[in-house]
Amino acid sequence: MTTDSSNDAFTLRRRPPLERFLDTGFRQLTLALASVVALLLLGIFLTIAEGAHEAIGTFGAGFLVSSAWDPVNNQYGALVAIYGTMVSSLLALAIAVPLGVGTAIFITEDLIPTRLRSAIGLMVELLAAIPSVVLGLWAIFVMEPAIRPALELLHRLLGWTPFFDTIPQGPGMAPAILILVVMILPIITAISRDALNQVPLELRQAAYGIGSTRWGAIFNIILPAAISAIVGGVMLSLGRAMGETMAVTMIIGNSLNFSFSLLAPGNTISAMLANQFGEASGIQVSALMYAALVLMVLTFIVNVLAQMLVRRFSLRY
Amino acid sequence: MSISTIGAPHEDLFDRRPLSFDRRLKRNRINRVLTGVAGMFATIAIIPLVLVLFYVLVQGGSLISLSLFTELPPPPGLDGGGIGNAVVGTLVVTLVAALVAIPVGVGGGIYLSEYSMGGWFARFVRFGNDVLAGVPSIICGVFVYGAIVATRILFDRSYSALAGGLALAVLMLPTVIKTTDEGLKLVPQELRWGAYGVGASRFVTIVRITLPSAFTPIATGVVLAIARAAGETAPLIFTALFSPFWPESLLSPIATMSVLIFNFAIMPYEAQNALAWAASFVLVVMILIANLLARWFSSFAQR
Repeated sequence: MTTDSSNDAFTLRRRPPLERFLDTGFRQLTLALASVVALLLLGIFLTIAEGAHEAIGTFGAGFLVSSAWDPVNNQYGALVAIYGTMVSSLLALAIAVPLGVGTAIFITEDLIPTRLRSAIGLMVELLAAIPSVVLGLWAIFVMEPAIRPALELLHRLLGWTPFFDTIPQGPGMAPAILILVVMILPIITAISRDALNQVPLELRQAAYGIGSTRWGAIFNIILPAAISAIVGGVMLSLGRAMGETMAVTMIIGNSLNFSFSLLAPGNTISAMLANQFGEASGIQVSALMYAALVLMVLTFIVNVLAQMLVRRFSLRY
Repeated sequence: MSISTIGAPHEDLFDRRPLSFDRRLKRNRINRVLTGVAGMFATIAIIPLVLVLFYVLVQGGSLISLSLFTELPPPPGLDGGGIGNAVVGTLVVTLVAALVAIPVGVGGGIYLSEYSMGGWFARFVRFGNDVLAGVPSIICGVFVYGAIVATRILFDRSYSALAGGLALAVLMLPTVIKTTDEGLKLVPQELRWGAYGVGASRFVTIVRITLPSAFTPIATGVVLAIARAAGETAPLIFTALFSPFWPESLLSPIATMSVLIFNFAIMPYEAQNALAWAASFVLVVMILIANLLARWFSSFAQR
């Protein structure tokens, strides 16, 4: 350090105004762009709440438990759609979780050669990239005709229960659930795979060292260590399943009548929006906005819970 | 067993049977069964991909011809025609979305990673970004309908390609922000210190040093986001709508491949169904190429 002003190896330079302007200006610009996220969220909520305002005033909370959807007499209730959303996404989850976690274990736990593992991983990730409308097209023309004999068998065997008491005739809740399974399987697999990969090698080595079998180690050591991230991923995919629109719309049958039967046509909130929004007018638009608000709140709760789970319980190794 | 057994052969202390793997043990049989079950699950998981790809390639691939890209879809009930307007429309709408979402997303990501010191605002934006990523795509469509289409806020037009592009941009934004934020976090702190050390300002450091070194992860994320947006249908059904004609302007309704698939799949005409398969083929090939491209990008980063 020198105070010698003649030494110009170190000179204090006053930054020119342009440079300072660029510096602060860029910071303000990025700040503004980052706030777009907050504004968008607020905008989405306010737009939909504002649109739903009229229907909320007219139908109140009864909207949630009424199954009337009658554009002629302007009577609206979203029970069929809310029930369909919950049933389809929860049942899809029940099928997809074992499949997804099992696949993730299969491709992380050194059961098969590395090349095969990454090939399966790649294929599952590519499955996630297929647009939902293409899956819907495939479901209409290929999957639904192919599984109908199986559904008919189900009806013959279990037709005495309210869940299978209708004859399968094309689109319905069951094919919609299956296509949802296809859609959320890659998410569950990818998140479970990441979670399992993060379990430190030492835990596995210790388990094998004391004589555990591979599956003993998986069930007693590795899965418990990764469970929080896996549960978070499952919640995220539940949110995705509830909001999934196109494939479900194309195969669920869009019935406005309530039915417990999984073989009968059903409806979900997002399918109802996709089908009716374009042609709706008057209070029907408002009722649809109300349904959209319900869907948004449901997915919001599920997503926030998922994030809290991942954040709160993530083990740091 | 006592101290005195030291030195003596301790047959009583250890099991001296040879350490060998016995297939018939219960634990090993359970092991094999469970491995088989996991393998079965993995097979079931990839069956849909194989089947979907097979049908899209066979049903759609057989219809690929030049006229598919140069002709308009036929009126219901007639044969022939193509999906030229929908191919152009998908490119236009996706381009609008990318032009909006990339600057906003990269800028927001820069703020989160480079400027915010982990304060409440940054935490709130990150949280909000995760929430926005979870908003169903149909809700984005309803939002843009309510905010833009119904209010006719854009040049007094209702349904338009611009509105569709904005709906897709809302969908892309969280991915772009997230990948920028995480990509910039991976840049070694020493690079920034080095830049400050030679007298660079914050702005110059970010634009000349930090952002270029994070190019690969950001590009990967952006390509993936674009690929995802190109296949989205739900936000477009009542924003961009559909049009049987060639695109006229950004301010009029526009055909896209995804909406075409949706509209034509549920029509009772075979010609339309065939065009839906052909559009699926084009869309899936485009998206798979983009995905493989992104993978190729990210393989650079790992080197």
